Amino acid sequence: MKFPALFGRIAFSTLAALIGAAFALPLLWFLFAPFNARAELGLAIPDPFTLSNFNTVFGNGFAMQALWNSLIQAVGGVILVGAAATLAAYALSRSSIPGKGAVTYILLLFSSVVSGSAAMVPIFLIISAAGLMDTHLAVILTFAGGLLPTAMFILRDFIDSIPKSYEESAMVAGASPVQAFFDVALPVIRPGIVVIVVWSFVNIWGSFLIPFILLRSSANMPAAVAIYSFYSEAGTPVVTLLAAYSLIYSLPVVALYLFVSWRFGFRFFGGIKA
Amino acid sequence: MTTEPITTEAKKVRNFSLLSNRAGAAFLTPAGLLVSVFVIVPFFWVIFVSFTNRTLLGRTALNPEFVGLANYLALFDPATFFQRGQFGFSLILTTQFVLASALIGQALLGLLLAWLIQTVPPWIKRLTETFVIAAWILPEVVIGFAWFAFLDRDAGTLNMMLNAIGLPSGDFLLDQPFWVIVVFNTWRGAAFSMMLFNSAFSSIPPSYFQAADVAGATSWQKFRDIAVPLIRGHIVTNLILITMWTFNTFTPFLLTNGGPSYRTELVSIYNYRVAFQDFQFGKGAAVGVIMMLINLAFALVYLSIGRKKKAPGT
Amino acid sequence: MASVAFSKVTKSFGEFKAVSDVSFDIGDGEFVCLLGPSGCGKTTSLRMIAGLETPTSGQVMIGGEDVTHFHPKDRNIAMVFQDYALYPHMNLADNIAYPLKVRGEAVSKRHARAKEVADVLKIGHLLDRLPSQISGGQQQRTSLARALVYPAQVYLFDEPLSNLDAKLRLEARGFLNHLQRDMGMTAVYVTHDQAEAMALATRIAVMDQGRIVQYASPIEIYRRPATTFVANFVGNPPMNLVEVEATKDDGKLQLKADGLTIAALPMTDAIGTALAAGSKLTLGIRPEHLDVAGAGAPNTITAPLFANENMGPESLVTIDRGEGARVTARIFTDDHIALGETVTLGFAADHVHLFDSAGKRIPEING
Repeated sequence: MKFPALFGRIAFSTLAALIGAAFALPLLWFLFAPFNARAELGLAIPDPFTLSNFNTVFGNGFAMQALWNSLIQAVGGVILVGAAATLAAYALSRSSIPGKGAVTYILLLFSSVVSGSAAMVPIFLIISAAGLMDTHLAVILTFAGGLLPTAMFILRDFIDSIPKSYEESAMVAGASPVQAFFDVALPVIRPGIVVIVVWSFVNIWGSFLIPFILLRSSANMPAAVAIYSFYSEAGTPVVTLLAAYSLIYSLPVVALYLFVSWRFGFRFFGGIKA
Repeated sequence: MTTEPITTEAKKVRNFSLLSNRAGAAFLTPAGLLVSVFVIVPFFWVIFVSFTNRTLLGRTALNPEFVGLANYLALFDPATFFQRGQFGFSLILTTQFVLASALIGQALLGLLLAWLIQTVPPWIKRLTETFVIAAWILPEVVIGFAWFAFLDRDAGTLNMMLNAIGLPSGDFLLDQPFWVIVVFNTWRGAAFSMMLFNSAFSSIPPSYFQAADVAGATSWQKFRDIAVPLIRGHIVTNLILITMWTFNTFTPFLLTNGGPSYRTELVSIYNYRVAFQDFQFGKGAAVGVIMMLINLAFALVYLSIGRKKKAPGT
Repeated sequence: MASVAFSKVTKSFGEFKAVSDVSFDIGDGEFVCLLGPSGCGKTTSLRMIAGLETPTSGQVMIGGEDVTHFHPKDRNIAMVFQDYALYPHMNLADNIAYPLKVRGEAVSKRHARAKEVADVLKIGHLLDRLPSQISGGQQQRTSLARALVYPAQVYLFDEPLSNLDAKLRLEARGFLNHLQRDMGMTAVYVTHDQAEAMALATRIAVMDQGRIVQYASPIEIYRRPATTFVANFVGNPPMNLVEVEATKDDGKLQLKADGLTIAALPMTDAIGTALAAGSKLTLGIRPEHLDVAGAGAPNTITAPLFANENMGPESLVTIDRGEGARVTARIFTDDHIALGETVTLGFAADHVHLFDSAGKRIPEING
C-alpha cells in the first residue's frame, strides 16, 4: 500500500472511531449508574458493583405497575396492528377491489400529515367524546390507528414481493380461498408480520406524547410517562432507581432490535422506524 | 387412474382473483375503521375545532362557539408574532431547528458516517454503528434523561470532561438551550440517514469504484463523482423524511420542557402548551391545522417523487 | 382424463388483448404444447384453463362441461408452475400431499400416497426436507409430484423446465415424455422452447400476438410451417428465409435474389394466387437441407463466408448476404470443412418452402 493510502485509511478509522465515541458519551452513564448504589448524575465506576438498584425497582409498586401498563398497551396495540394490517395488506395486494391504489395513496398521505404532535387536540377530543379518557384502550386504539397505515404499506410491499403462485397452486390443487390463506399465504408472509409487530411494539413501548395526554391516573400510566415524572416532577430525582428502571425499560427494545437484525439483517429495520 | 366428475354445483366466479372483492372489502374493514377514526377524522375535526373557542374547562368546553378566523388571527397577530412564547417565534425557531439539526446535522453526519464505515476495519464499523443506532432506537424518555444527566451543571459527564482538559463548566441547558436541542436531535437521528445512505452506497456495484480505482481516483473523487450522483434519489428521500420527522418531533420537550423562557419551544411543544397547559383547544387546533398543512406540502412532494420513481417500471 | 376446448376465447387486460378470439380442441389423452415467444398469450391461455384468469369473452370447456366461470378448486385439474411454488414452511411430504389434505384425506393415507409418488420421481428419501434444502432439479420433481399425487382431469404445465440447467432439462424432458406414454394424461404444456414442444407434444399450437398461428402435429409443423413466423420459430437453427422477386416466365416460376440460382419451378394455382397479391415472395430452406455445393449444382446460394462452427457431429456454416441477411447450413460431418472466402451452398428443389408476400405458406409447390 502506498503511504498516502495508508494515511488516509488511518485518518478515516480515527474519524469514525471519534464519532462513535461522541455518540457513546451520553450513554456511558447508563452502563455504570444502574449498578452503583450511590449513583448520581456524574459518571462513576460502580464500587462496589451491585444489583441493589434493581431490587429497589422491583420493590417499587408504582414503577412495576407502569412497566406492566406499558406491556398491556404495547401488546394490545400490537395485536390490533398486526391483525388489521395483515388482513388489509393482503386485500390490497391480492384482491382486485377497484380503487385500492387510491386508498393506499390516501392512507400514506394522511398518515404522514396527521402526526401525533399535530393532531393531539382532536385525538384528545375523540377519546374524550368516546368516554375512553384515562384507559388503556384509549392508548391502544390511538396507536393502532396511527401505526396502521405505515404497517399496511410495509406489509403490502412484502406481500407483493411474494409470488402469487403459492396461493394459485393451492387453489388449483383444490383449496378454497380460506384454506389457501391460512395454509399457504399466512405462513409465507409471517416474516413480514413479525417485522411490523416488532416495529409497532417498539413504537408504542417507547412513545411518550400520546399516553402523556390521554392518561391521568398513575394506575394506567406507562413506563415512559413514569420515567418522565420521576425526573421532572419529583424535585431531586431518585437517580439510583431511575438508572436501573430506565435500563429495564430499555431492554425489550434492545432485545427486539437485536432479534430483528439477527433474523432479517441490519438494514431492514433501518427503513421502517417511524 | 379414475376420473372424478366435476361438481356441478360449483359456485360461479365472475372474474377470478385470489381474493374476491367481497372478501377483500371485509379484510379491509378493521384497518379502515381504525384509520378512519384515529387518522382521518382527526384531520377534519381539527379543522373544525380551529374555528371555535373550545377550551378544556369551563363554559366553552361544553358549548364552544364559532369564532371564525379568530384563532388564526391571534396566531398571526403582527404585534406579538415574533415575541418569545408566540407562534411566530416558535415557527421560526422550528425552521432553524430543522435546518440545523436535520438538514445539516443528521443528513451530513449520516452521509459522512455511511461513507466512512464503508472503508474502515470491521470492528470500528461495528462499534460506531452500535452507538449511533443505540442513540436512535432507545426510548425517547430514556434518551431525554440520559442527556439530562450528561449535561448536568455540577456532575454531568460533559462538564467532567471539560474540566479534565482545563475548560470551565457550563450550564448548557440554561445558556445555550437551542444549540443543545440541535446537537441532541442530530445525535438522536443521524442513524436513520446513516443507514439509508449506507444501503444506498452498497447498492452501487463495486465495479464502479474499482474502475475509478484503476483510473487513479482519490477517495474524495470517488465520493463526489460516483457515489453522490448515483444516490441522489436517496438523498432527496432522506431529506424530506427527516425534515418531516424533525418538524413534528416532541422529544426535545423531555430535555428542556420548551424552556428556559420558551427558547426551545418548537411548534409541537407550543401546540402542547397552548392546548394542554393554557387549555385553549381552539387555538391549539389552529396550530395543528398549520402543522398539518406544512406536513401536507412535504408529503405531496415525497409521494410525487415516489410515484415518479415507480412509474417507468410499472 | 378429459378433453379441453376453447371456444372464441378473448382475454383483455385494459386495452391490451392478451388472447384474441382463440378456439381449439384438445382430445382426451392428448399432450398439447402452447408454443410461442413471451407475450404471445400462451400462459394466459393456460391460466384460463386453470381458472386463474377469467376470459373476457368466450367459453372454456373441460370434459365437455362449460367451466368458464368455475373457481380453480372446482375444476379438478393439476398444475406445475414455472417457479414450482413449493411451500417453504412445509417439508416435501406435506408439500406433495397438500392436494390430498384439502380433499380431506387422512394423514397416514396421504403420506403413504406422497411416498409412492415421490419414489417414482426418485425423491422418496427427501420427504423430511424443506424445499430450501434440496436442489433445483429435486424441487422441480417435487412440484411434479404434487401435481401427480391425485387423479386430475387435465394436467397443466407452465414452463416447468425453464429454471433448470441444460443437462437437467433434457433429463426432465425425457422423463415427462415417458410419463405421458405411461399415463396417457391430457396435458397442456406452455413453453417457448421449440425443442421441448417438438419432443413432448402430440400437437403443437404455435401462438403469436394472442392468436394461434398453426395447430398441428410436430412433424407437420416442421415439414409444412404455415407462416414465416412458424418457420422461423421451429427448428434450431431456424429456417433460412430469403426474400426473392418472383416472375412468371414461360409458364414457370422464376425466383431472383442476389447470389441465388434456382431452377424454374412449375406454376400452380396457389402460386398464381400468391403472385397476384405481390411478387415479393419468401424462399425458405432449412439449414439441414443445405450443403456445400459441388460444381454445376442446379440450386445454389452464394455469399462471403461469415462463420464456420464445428460442433462435433455437425458443422454450422454461415454465409452473409449483406445487411444482416445470413444463411446457415447444418452439415453433418465430424470433420473440419475447409472453405474459401466465398461459399456456395446447394439445395434440392423438393426441400424448398415458399411464402407469399404476407408471409403465408404457398401450399404444395412441388406438385
